[in-house]
Amino acid sequence: MDWARIIANALEAAIGADMVIYCLAAIGLNVQFGYAGLLNFGQAAFVAVAGYGLATMVATFGAPFWVGITVGLVAVVILAFLLGIPTLRLRADYLAIVTLAAAEIIRLTFRSVTLRDTFGGSDGLQDFAEGFYRLNPYADGIDLGPISFSARQSWAITVGWMLIILASLLVWMLMRSPWGRVLKGIREDEDAVRSLGKNVYSYKLQALLVGGLIGALGGYVYALAQAAVQPDYTGADFTFFAYTILILGGAARVLGPILGAAIFWGLLSLSDGVLRGAQNAYDIPPWLLGPTDAGAVRFMIVGLALMLLMIFRPQGILGDRKELALDAR
Amino acid sequence: MQGNSGGRRFHPVRLPTLTLRTLPLVLLLAVLGLVAGATSATAQESTESVRGSLRYEGEPVAGVSISVATEGGEDVGSTESGDDGTWEIPVPEPGVYVVTLDPETLPDDVPGVQNESITTEVGNTQAKSVLFRLGEPAEGAGASGGGITLERVAQLTVEGLRFGLVLALAALGLSMIFGTTGLTNFAHGEMISLGAIAAWYLNDAGLPFVAATVIAVVLMVAFGWGQDAVLWRPLRRRRTGLIAMMIVSIGLAIFLRYVYLYVFGGERRSYREYAIQTGIELGPVTLAPRDLFSMGVAVLVLGLVVWALASTRIGKATRAVSDNPALASASGIDVDLVIRVVWMGGAALAGLSGILQGLSQQVDYQLGFRTLLLVFAAVILGGLGTIAGSIIGALVVGLFIQLSTLVIPIELQNAGVLALLIVVLLIRPQGILGRRERVG
Repeated sequence: MDWARIIANALEAAIGADMVIYCLAAIGLNVQFGYAGLLNFGQAAFVAVAGYGLATMVATFGAPFWVGITVGLVAVVILAFLLGIPTLRLRADYLAIVTLAAAEIIRLTFRSVTLRDTFGGSDGLQDFAEGFYRLNPYADGIDLGPISFSARQSWAITVGWMLIILASLLVWMLMRSPWGRVLKGIREDEDAVRSLGKNVYSYKLQALLVGGLIGALGGYVYALAQAAVQPDYTGADFTFFAYTILILGGAARVLGPILGAAIFWGLLSLSDGVLRGAQNAYDIPPWLLGPTDAGAVRFMIVGLALMLLMIFRPQGILGDRKELALDAR
Repeated sequence: MQGNSGGRRFHPVRLPTLTLRTLPLVLLLAVLGLVAGATSATAQESTESVRGSLRYEGEPVAGVSISVATEGGEDVGSTESGDDGTWEIPVPEPGVYVVTLDPETLPDDVPGVQNESITTEVGNTQAKSVLFRLGEPAEGAGASGGGITLERVAQLTVEGLRFGLVLALAALGLSMIFGTTGLTNFAHGEMISLGAIAAWYLNDAGLPFVAATVIAVVLMVAFGWGQDAVLWRPLRRRRTGLIAMMIVSIGLAIFLRYVYLYVFGGERRSYREYAIQTGIELGPVTLAPRDLFSMGVAVLVLGLVVWALASTRIGKATRAVSDNPALASASGIDVDLVIRVVWMGGAALAGLSGILQGLSQQVDYQLGFRTLLLVFAAVILGGLGTIAGSIIGALVVGLFIQLSTLVIPIELQNAGVLALLIVVLLIRPQGILGRRERVG
């Protein structure tokens, strides 16, 4: 087994494009779920709408890159209001199901054959990222010994990490402000905050919007890093994995999503590398581990990890159990 | 405020000694795995397709060329019927397709085909069966699909009823589990899949379909028992919050789904029997016998469960726990026992629902995952935690899914019903039969 290669791949995954996308989605979830206690299971929809907003404007309508970015943001704001106004009065488990349903509606719409000319059907859209890569300052890729990225990857990852840092700073400042304290108050006891004269509904909507906009940044990185959008990338599992990342790192902690996403993708790549390496190195019979089974096994580990975390360490790695009751409704 | 937060509150305080042994689950899956290893799979790729079986006077007809095109006339693919008369052509996505049989390629002893060209709608991940009637060509033999006709409304209504009844089995279980424990079980879809997968393995190992169904349902009862014993009861004892338990159920759902992928593979598979059937014409409606069978089984089982809930001792206890666990516990009802029975029954119902769904649309590891949101929609539409509500909700979902295709594109049928769910929650958040206090 080529351990050096496997570990290098894991390190690349721990800072690579997928990690950045999920990290931004999880930072958004952190505002909604970690701080405000909103069980938004439609985060994939924000990511998808931002990515498709950009891709559709540029690839289908031939608009310039920045128009695409703006339209994506506007679409995300509209989505936050459409999703939030009817649902934020609902109890937590209803909110979870309705937001999940809304994300599924959006996925099916992007996937629809009828709207194929606009959204590209199940193939999605390509050919919209050139405006982004024209700004690329890297002539060659980044090469740090074992870890290396191509020029295009480097540019996407650099921008992605700058967005992560900006979003984390924003969350850090917001949560030190009176606004953030109200959000935490809503998470702990909605009625108490209401009795202090705060408009809980409005604060929840704001939290959904802020979290959605941060998720939208993840949507841009997703569209640009792959130079393609595809409807099934942002299915229900996208949101579930973002939750796993958030809970792993520690909800209601600024650095929680970053740590969680790095570990999640690092371990995912590591387990994949080890399983495939073992397949080549040892004589594992195919009924035990066939050529496509490594992918299944690593997501089994993800599901198991989410269960065990939630049972034994709901505060994650960085969290504080006292602060986060995790049963907010 | 929520009136039914489950029996967990009323246990004496215990140290959190959670022993998370997945042994029963592993054993069950190991059994499935052994059966899997002993058999070979007849598998197709996991996409939409049209398929059928050519027969003339009971004998299979081989070597007939059949082609599929889009409504716009764009060619999609073609094939020849095999030695057993069956054929299957994958299509790229859900939508309306025109399937054409080339009469020139029919063997000499077959006089012709009554319906040379069939227009059909293929649903999401559906392997749509179409039937060419071989025999003397008849005048005006026609196409189905497209346009609002009385026949089409009748056909869709019956198909909607069938799907609604099958869905109601799963919805009833989900609703009972929610009613007694307060848990929104995201792993319910995986119980649906497990039933179908278990029945497939048993069927593939040589058991007739009906026997496989019975044994699979018994296995599901055991799975429900094991799940509660190993996972949910210890969590209730630890007084884990409902939201935390909900997220645990998401983890369980992901875990199980990928276990199925590992064991069962990514293909879609049919049961050995009844995969391709000739429809029976009942007035304006054509229905395969297997669909009549699933409707009958679903009605029978739903009736049995409703009767049990209304009349038996354990059924009455279940309703009492649903209503108010504290009062039920105080009046001498063993709340833990009731919850255990509900898990066993809920798993069996979900499994049966999966088996019947597998009968009409093949079995694959995501069968239940695809259905989960529809089950949620059914339960919420009817009123979360109510018995009759979940059945009515499921019928509404089934009918709406089918009838909405009269006006919206077929690939958006699920989006339509989910939009209906959101609209209903806006107007009447407690659902059709629910009580207002439940939503809070």
